Amino acid sequence: MRSLNLRKSATPRHDPAPSRWGYRYQRLMLTPGFRRMVRVGVPLVIVGGLIAGWAARDSNRQMVADAYSDMKSQIQQRDEFMVKLMAVDGADDTLSGDIRTVLPIEFPVSSFDLDLEEMRLTVAALPAVADAALRVRPGGILQVNVSQRQPVAVFRSADGLKLLDAQGVLVQSIVARSDRADLPLITGDGARDALAEGLAIYRAAGPMADKMRGVVRMGERRWDVILDSGQRILLPSVDPVVAFERVVAMAQAQELLERDVAVVDMRHPARPTIRMNQQAVANLRQTGVTQEQ
Amino acid sequence: MRDLYQSQRAQRSMRQAAMQRGVIAILDVGSSKIACLVLRFDGPEHFGDGDGVGSMAGQSSFRVIGAATTRSRGVRFGEIDAMAETERAIRTAVQAAQKMANVRVDHVIACLSGGRPRSYGLDGQVDVQGTVVSEGDIGRVLAECDVPDIGVGREVLHAQPINFALDHRSGLSDPRGQIGQTLTTDMHMMTIEDSVIENLLYCIKRCDLELAGVASSAYAAGISSLVEDEQELGAACIDMGGGSTGISIFMRKHMIYSDAVRMGGDHVTSDISMGLQVAPAMAERIKTFYGGVLATGMDDREMIEVGSDTGDWEHDRRTVSRAELIGIMRPRVEEILEEVRVRLDAAGFEHLPSQQIVLTGGGSQIPGLDGLASKILGQQVRIGRPLRVQGLPQAATGAAFSAAVGLSLFAAHPKDEWWDFDIPAEKYPARSLKRAVRWFRENW
Repeated sequence: MRSLNLRKSATPRHDPAPSRWGYRYQRLMLTPGFRRMVRVGVPLVIVGGLIAGWAARDSNRQMVADAYSDMKSQIQQRDEFMVKLMAVDGADDTLSGDIRTVLPIEFPVSSFDLDLEEMRLTVAALPAVADAALRVRPGGILQVNVSQRQPVAVFRSADGLKLLDAQGVLVQSIVARSDRADLPLITGDGARDALAEGLAIYRAAGPMADKMRGVVRMGERRWDVILDSGQRILLPSVDPVVAFERVVAMAQAQELLERDVAVVDMRHPARPTIRMNQQAVANLRQTGVTQEQ
Repeated sequence: MRDLYQSQRAQRSMRQAAMQRGVIAILDVGSSKIACLVLRFDGPEHFGDGDGVGSMAGQSSFRVIGAATTRSRGVRFGEIDAMAETERAIRTAVQAAQKMANVRVDHVIACLSGGRPRSYGLDGQVDVQGTVVSEGDIGRVLAECDVPDIGVGREVLHAQPINFALDHRSGLSDPRGQIGQTLTTDMHMMTIEDSVIENLLYCIKRCDLELAGVASSAYAAGISSLVEDEQELGAACIDMGGGSTGISIFMRKHMIYSDAVRMGGDHVTSDISMGLQVAPAMAERIKTFYGGVLATGMDDREMIEVGSDTGDWEHDRRTVSRAELIGIMRPRVEEILEEVRVRLDAAGFEHLPSQQIVLTGGGSQIPGLDGLASKILGQQVRIGRPLRVQGLPQAATGAAFSAAVGLSLFAAHPKDEWWDFDIPAEKYPARSLKRAVRWFRENW
């Protein structure tokens, strides 16, 4: 009898041979260049294409930009980065008021929004500021360190009184001479350029200092010293300090300036000359006539 | 002849290209199995023109990185019988080997055993131009060999110069640079049917592969299974394949004769199948498990179950003794060996100084074959296994793979063939531009 259990299906056994296309496919996949392309290039293209397709819509791009700026501002607005107040060091009240005026910052502000370099330039551009350094100190403080210009002289020009520092830079304007009576007064064309010399003259004044009203630069060449009695000391263009010291010595020794002298002319160092007042001249002449008689 | 010359040269250049790329496939198209090895060459610098066998017999320069074998379909007597089936089998083997090697191979060197190989001994003689033998003289003397009528529809597979003689001195392997007047050469030419080789070419082309060389599998098996002194002194390699049994005789490291018997292991199987009334697959199984050629008393008692699935209990439960099986196998094996004996006698094998016979191929694994073969072929018989090559899987080191392994060695160290030398100018057709170029090059 024929075996009842069905042995095999009608289809023949599986052919172990790869199909022609399967064989070609496998060979293709074993080609190094192709394999690299499939494993790297195609994913790259797909991902790149998806991103490009998504970004092709305006709203999507906008969304990304918004999200980015949102996140950025969120980080920047954190407490750790906030600047709450400004501290000015090394400036007097007037100058710090000026600094606060030129740096109009609405506190609190994020330190990312502060352009310290530009602010430094702004502060340094103030006439009274020699140098400035800005930094954001821990604790949210904008620290402004200023080295203020020190006025050493009062300069009188056609448009008012100004303070000068040692370099001859205008520091600030003042209203009246009496505001800074402690500083020497300097005036005349070119006085600012020869400031050091003018100040040296002042230093040489010694006991005459409180009698001096000021020094005047004459013809951008030499100095005149004006005394409060209206007397004038004309100094030479060369070695004016030495000449002035001589005048001071003469004034002390011979009481030169207590006399009725209008001008002491030291322009010729070998021959100091004195111009007297009209009245004194007349008196002198009269005295001489009387003696002759 | 010209076509062959060109196609062989094209194959040779293809082989060079494959060497450059470093990967080449070996394809042994046999009747019972198709084996594919993928070789990786370490670099062209290992293939200098150093003569003789290199270090480690030339194995050190390559490595087997992929090996696959599949049951052959559509091949009978070592010839392609059903193209589509063979193509599929080649595809299977190549794909598996590629997968193992994880590299794509484009060039393949194939060997085949069928096609009724026939050997010819040729000789040529020329006067040496000048005093010293130059490469051109060798080309001329090879071209001077008078080619016998090889018959219609046959193609030259190998044409190797095996000996050079200069004046009265013979046995020169390389006469270049030597001083003499008359240069004589002996050449061994092997022809097979061209339809066989064309079919193989077509199958390989259909697999998108380029053929980089063809060799006879008997020759390849001889390269791998004969040891060096056997090749030097003279030995015959009997490659007992499935559909045909190849014979190659080596002497002085050259193959000097080749032939094939169109009988092999498949015939033994079909004898068993007919004798025991079983399916061929079962017969093959019985042959490989219980086969033998020398019966002992023990074999009468060893019963073999001969299963089948006819549904008839009596029929499906038959048993045969091993002695019966041996009784079926032995006459066929004897017949094959007798036929081999006849071919060896025809070739004049008994005149060789050493008459070593090496049995290899899948058929040589029958137990007791060496005893039987020594009765028929002579006392100096041994069973040969292929040389070990680097990277070959253990499963592919058996005698059945001697042709594949030999082909790898052949790929690494090809022998000079006729077409490796330049054709002398006068053999070019008249009015050929090439001829003019050659003439200029030789005279200036």
